[in-house]
Amino acid sequence: MSELRDLYQEEILDHYGKPRNFRKIENPTRVLEGYNPLCGDKYTVYLNLEGDVISDIAFQGSGCAISKASGSLMTENLKGKTKADAEELFNAFHQMLTRAPGEDYDEEKLGDLESLAGVVEFPMRVKCATLVWHTLRGALQGREDSVSTE
Amino acid sequence: MAVTNSNGAIRGFDVQAIRRDFPILQQQVHGKPLVYLDNAATSQKPKVVIDALVNYYTAVNANVHRGVHYLSQEATADYEGARTRVKKFLNAVDESEIVFVRGTTEGINLVAQSFGRTNVGEGDEVIISAMEHHSNIVPWQILCEEKKARLRIVPINDDGELLMDEYEKMLGPKTKLVSIVHVSNSLGTINSVEQIIAMAHSHGVPVLLDGAQAVPHTKVDVQALDCDFYVFSGHKLFGPTGIGALYGKRALLEAMPPYQGGGDMIRSVTFEKTLYNDLPYKFEAGTPNIADTIALGTAIDYVTSIGYDKIASYEHELLQYGTERLSEIKDLRLIGTAKEKASILAFVLDGIHPHDIGTILDTEGIAIRTGHHCTQPLMDRFGVPATARASLAFYNTKEEIDALVEGVQEVLGIFS
Repeated sequence: MSELRDLYQEEILDHYGKPRNFRKIENPTRVLEGYNPLCGDKYTVYLNLEGDVISDIAFQGSGCAISKASGSLMTENLKGKTKADAEELFNAFHQMLTRAPGEDYDEEKLGDLESLAGVVEFPMRVKCATLVWHTLRGALQGREDSVSTE
Repeated sequence: MAVTNSNGAIRGFDVQAIRRDFPILQQQVHGKPLVYLDNAATSQKPKVVIDALVNYYTAVNANVHRGVHYLSQEATADYEGARTRVKKFLNAVDESEIVFVRGTTEGINLVAQSFGRTNVGEGDEVIISAMEHHSNIVPWQILCEEKKARLRIVPINDDGELLMDEYEKMLGPKTKLVSIVHVSNSLGTINSVEQIIAMAHSHGVPVLLDGAQAVPHTKVDVQALDCDFYVFSGHKLFGPTGIGALYGKRALLEAMPPYQGGGDMIRSVTFEKTLYNDLPYKFEAGTPNIADTIALGTAIDYVTSIGYDKIASYEHELLQYGTERLSEIKDLRLIGTAKEKASILAFVLDGIHPHDIGTILDTEGIAIRTGHHCTQPLMDRFGVPATARASLAFYNTKEEIDALVEGVQEVLGIFS
């Protein structure tokens, strides 16, 4: 089924099997846990901030292929970026995941995050793809409680 | 047990004929025949149950217990007829011991709030087990927090069986109630409820059984079990959602205060003093869920007309077949391997999250449940965040289990 192949692309499976930045940052500027109570996916996002710049970002935890690959891709894309860049990229990412049929998305801005474009056909899995992002945004806002997608 | 023919088929059990009773099973999902293996979440409904709902609203609809007119009498007779069916179904002594509730969850909450708040005090103990559904954990946590009582948890072994020695040690003068699942929704374990009840009774402690997953698979006789409370949901028994029943021994129910106040549960009301109605109406405040109650009665008729001996024999065959087929898959681990088991096959695959399994199977038209199944403490016990669960009903077939196994192979292929 082609929708399934679009969802579980090689790049996704590669990031799931070998997630990048899948580690703990000692004494991070910000740290926050994100949890999806419906499926039990649970991740911790670690951040080091220098002013408005994300100088280091990493994550740990467990969950499905979509959520873990999303965490891997997110951390790769955000290192060295500003808070504003992160928000902009999240908006483009979220639009891609929830776009209407036939609607375009910003391929240029999204880069390799495009490999998660197939999630749009699986509305139940949008939360998987966005869990680490919601956690990141909570951390950037200075939240200290955990983030829940439910 | 039902007698089997020489070819192994169960005499008088025609699964294809039964499947034709269920309109929803005839449809395709994502272009594939629907393979519905999520019966522990909710079961499908035979046409007779759907017809009962339509017929009620088409020809009978009226409020019960209060009208002198024809329809009200008809509705009351049908509603109370369903109570008689539940009474016979559970082999209760009397209709007054059957209280209609929204489902198992409400039944447990009723006992926790009414029996619990009256009988459990500071320092007392309530015993549950490590394999309980959240609906048989949280009501007791709320009670124990309010009353400063202690919730004790009977542990389980790696096969998902209760450690009866540990349970026996917990029972004592502080124990006020034991509330245990009859059949586990996550593991399929059939607990030794006779023994659980006998041990509790030797300490004078009443027992509530959560029968939500038991009634679709096995005959329940509350008198033979000598259980004090028994609860189940209609929608897991091929009936509608939003209706279930609580059985309670009459003496216990008599002594319990009402759960909710309102119409129908009163004998007379003045601003100075209200007298409560007799059992079971004392616990049924407000206009009840009449249509679904009547349809639950129809579902009970349907299941009992097939016969639990045949259902048990057939499902045992399916379970054995499914266990063998899934066990052939390398990297697959079954969660829940009790000796006494109902037809639930929960599993995990090495390195593949259950959600991904569920999504891939869905594209093949196969419906399973993935997640923690409302038993998070149990998932922690087995060291998994979630499982994939195929739960079988008597309308499932070996071919559907083959489809499941092929689907799991496809999952492994994608992730290889």
